[in-house]
Amino acid sequence: MNFRSRWRKIVNAVMLTLTGLCALLAVSALFFILGYLVWHGGKALSGDFFTKLPKPVGEAGGGMANAIVGSAKLLLLASLIGLPIGFFSGVYLAEFGGRRFPFLVRYTTDLLNGVPSIVIGIFAYTIVVLPMRHFSTLAGGIALGIMMIPIAVRSTEEFLRAVPNSLREAAMALGASRWRTITTVVIPAAVRGIVTGVMLDLARVAGETAPLLFTAFSNRFWSPGWNQPTASLPVMIFTYAVAPYEDWHRQAWAAGLVLLGLVLLTNVAGRAILSRGMSVQRP
Amino acid sequence: MQMSVRLSLEKNVQAMSRGGESPTIAVNLPMRMKVSNLNFYYGNKQALFGVNLGIAASHITALIGPSGCGKSTLLRTLNRLHETVPKTRLDGEILLDDENIFSLDVTGLRRRVGMVFQKPNPFPKSIFENVAYGLRVNGHRGALAEAVEHSLQRAALWEEVKDQLHKSAYSLSGGQQQRLCIARALAVDPEVLLLDEPCSALDPVNTAKIEELLFQLKKNCTIVIVTHNMQQAARVSDFTAFALSGQLIEFKPTPQLFTTPSDPRTEAYITGRFG
Repeated sequence: MNFRSRWRKIVNAVMLTLTGLCALLAVSALFFILGYLVWHGGKALSGDFFTKLPKPVGEAGGGMANAIVGSAKLLLLASLIGLPIGFFSGVYLAEFGGRRFPFLVRYTTDLLNGVPSIVIGIFAYTIVVLPMRHFSTLAGGIALGIMMIPIAVRSTEEFLRAVPNSLREAAMALGASRWRTITTVVIPAAVRGIVTGVMLDLARVAGETAPLLFTAFSNRFWSPGWNQPTASLPVMIFTYAVAPYEDWHRQAWAAGLVLLGLVLLTNVAGRAILSRGMSVQRP
Repeated sequence: MQMSVRLSLEKNVQAMSRGGESPTIAVNLPMRMKVSNLNFYYGNKQALFGVNLGIAASHITALIGPSGCGKSTLLRTLNRLHETVPKTRLDGEILLDDENIFSLDVTGLRRRVGMVFQKPNPFPKSIFENVAYGLRVNGHRGALAEAVEHSLQRAALWEEVKDQLHKSAYSLSGGQQQRLCIARALAVDPEVLLLDEPCSALDPVNTAKIEELLFQLKKNCTIVIVTHNMQQAARVSDFTAFALSGQLIEFKPTPQLFTTPSDPRTEAYITGRFG
């Protein structure tokens, strides 16, 4: 074996090891977090966690039922605000629109996507909390809803664009109007992708803490209606994790595990519902 | 039998070529559609130059020519599908049963002039829903199931799919999908059926099936077919138009065009010297 071919083999081996090692590191980071969460959170998790309110400081036990419900309500409200706006904007960008305005919309949504979440929190604080003079589920939902818009817009647009133009033409050649074509052919063909985008969007805002700190704030009790401050899992994790009590730390781990579990659950459920539908054929 | 049909046609039909202009065809057959002095533009680029074309009712007219000659563009103007492409415009006249198609409601026009595309493009729906789509869009009243069955029978697909109507259209083979697309177009009972290279994605067996189908269909339906395949044009069509660079060079009864082309460019194309 001459020098050149040996050198090539050495370079190959080194690069293979390096890339493999980095790939392993990337994967292990996720599994390390997951494992840590299950290990610590699992120990603290009990039926009480899902059904009971937080106990006063100094008392052991209690749960975060109010935070689970609070997070669910915030996400529901955020979805009701963010998803329709994002979805219809995406339809507009993909199916209608000329050149200049869509460019502006795309550019703006990308910028909005890059706005730090705490800034969006301040915005919601200014337009909702200050006039109302108190924190509320409504304010938190609006903050999260604004955060959901960019991803909803772009994922809807991308997946609609991936629908072959021949399907639009086929529908219009049968006498369907533009709008009818979009609602009965194009959107159904892209629905799987769009829902996947929505799931990722939900998962992303489900863990947002910063915009909730001064909009939904927190609450140690139930928060009926939409008008009062509410507990949420991410804020509870924050509060409990920085508190100087062992028991609270355990509760924070459990909350983290529950948050992750809920996100995974919605994801799996969404995909299961969709797998029954038909998707567009890929060439 | 087919031969005798063609021969009788030849007696009635004479091609006329007026110097410089695109040729018209003098036929004493009833015309379903008439294209006169059609110019078509994509932005500033002109794609069709003064096209004149008569489409005889209950016959098959083939459009042949090399890629980019404008034959698909011409086909798409016939049901105004070109309007879905931005920055296109045209002048000239297109008549359907002596009515200007540009003064008709576009939805109604497309119901009367159906289209089948190059690649099979069924909707991501069931076989049944694919065929029913046009009926639903056009507010069909009456038994949907019967209309769907009838269309699938006309497209010679019923026997193969009657037990799986509610399966995805994508479970069908390519050839079956294309016949499904024909059934979908036939469901609204169009007067004219436009086919844009309907067999280019199919194997010879499925191509033969579709060609046979076209023979069946032309009894009740006028057919215009764009094809790259000259043998196909020779096999299925009654009239053939040869287009080149956006101009209609020659338009004649098919046997005449292939045996005694009058324009040297047509001869060069059909003998395979270019294209």
